[in-house]
Amino acid sequence: MTDNAAIQFEHVDYQADGLAILQNINDYFPKGKITALVGPSGAGKTTVFKLCNGLKSPTTGNILFNQQPVNTYEPVELRRRIGLALQDATMIQGTVRDNLALPLELQAKQLSNETAEQYMNLVGLKAEFLTRDVRDLSGGQRQKLSIARTLINQPEVLLLDEITSSLDRISRQDIERLILKINKELETTIIWITHNIEQAQAMGEHTWVMMDGRVVESGEIGLLDNPKNKEVERFIKGEVE
Amino acid sequence: MSYLTLSLTLIFVLIPLFLSKTFNLGLERDTVIATIRSIIQLLVVGYLLQYVFDADNMIYMILMIGLMIGAATQNARKKGVTIKGVTWKLVLTFVFVELLTQGILLGLKITPATPQYIIPISGMVVGNSMVLSILFLNRFTAEVETHQNETELILSLGGTPKQAIHRQLINSIKASTIPTIESQKTIGLVQLPGMMSGQIIAGANPVQAVQFQLLVLFLLLTTAVITSILLGFLSYPTLFNQRMQMLKFTAE
Repeated sequence: MTDNAAIQFEHVDYQADGLAILQNINDYFPKGKITALVGPSGAGKTTVFKLCNGLKSPTTGNILFNQQPVNTYEPVELRRRIGLALQDATMIQGTVRDNLALPLELQAKQLSNETAEQYMNLVGLKAEFLTRDVRDLSGGQRQKLSIARTLINQPEVLLLDEITSSLDRISRQDIERLILKINKELETTIIWITHNIEQAQAMGEHTWVMMDGRVVESGEIGLLDNPKNKEVERFIKGEVE
Repeated sequence: MSYLTLSLTLIFVLIPLFLSKTFNLGLERDTVIATIRSIIQLLVVGYLLQYVFDADNMIYMILMIGLMIGAATQNARKKGVTIKGVTWKLVLTFVFVELLTQGILLGLKITPATPQYIIPISGMVVGNSMVLSILFLNRFTAEVETHQNETELILSLGGTPKQAIHRQLINSIKASTIPTIESQKTIGLVQLPGMMSGQIIAGANPVQAVQFQLLVLFLLLTTAVITSILLGFLSYPTLFNQRMQMLKFTAE
């Protein structure tokens, strides 16, 4: 067990329909840091997130959150403490405010105007957007709203799945600045799935490189400059999709 | 009506057969099967009802209603095979709706406690409940499959399964009950209901026929709403496990 682990995997396997999606994951995400989770498509990265957030359970092995097995937490509590924002930034029908208020409504609480404006400001969205229909937002604005909505729960860990992959350069840089700000100001542990190695190197402090359901390398972000594994080297050079 | 006169009504079967053949619609086989099945099924039911009415035995009546529920379950379950234990959920729904409606009708002495009233009314209640179940299951399975991302989003934000499936459940309940409510709005203006028409043709007083029809309409309204809600609340928990995780789901 690692003391500074926010989330630790202990020999985790995950199977679906008889297929091994994750195999013997035995590693950790350090507390308070930004970890870049990289690897080719189908490596099992999103499954790692769903296991952390409790949307799925491992077939074998344990996952610890703050040194305690995740299955000892109430699912609702775990999901509020480990927030997840996905690439597609799914929205519910309605306004920006409806979406921002969703995590609180699920707890039968109201979102005050002050809190709404505070979170809109945090993610760089204008407060007047609150009354807009979510369908009128751009891809970048939807991603920012998705992050703000996840942050409303004040999670200790924020899982971000390819949130900038479909965005233009300006929106991507906006989001990157936002994530750094959240990590510094709120001291939130961030785990970020990205295909973009330059982004991983610029943003991450720690990294996991996943391939075929396994963590093939992990450690300080610098390992991406000089990987030991040949397959990882090929992936970083862009020779593996 | 004599059997000779009845056989003349087959002209109404020959017309669609002729049109199907002429326009290559390919409906001949199904039309013939439907005609033969309806003749056999209705004649059997007619003789069976006569026997049950004559015998005036509670056991026969319960068996008859059980048969109706069994047939309705068999028919409706095909639309919800992806929902675990759908057969028993349907049986429970039909039995509950039947007990509730007959309980009110007989308890308040709205209708007499005789097979002549109980069996036809049960047929209408269970039949309507079956149609509603099919409409509900069809819509619900489609809604769940289409909105899996939304369901997972709400779960990931710390929502319960009930909160995560709420919108799909409400949409499906509304969509399946709207036809019943809408058809009641235009009843008498656009079409005369079958039971009322039948009574009038058989020589009953039209006002009395209307009174019975109103009873049936109100009964079917309750049946529709209760069927959808009960089936919905029995079905949605099977989509999740104890850790509030959504199980793999594909609508058929």
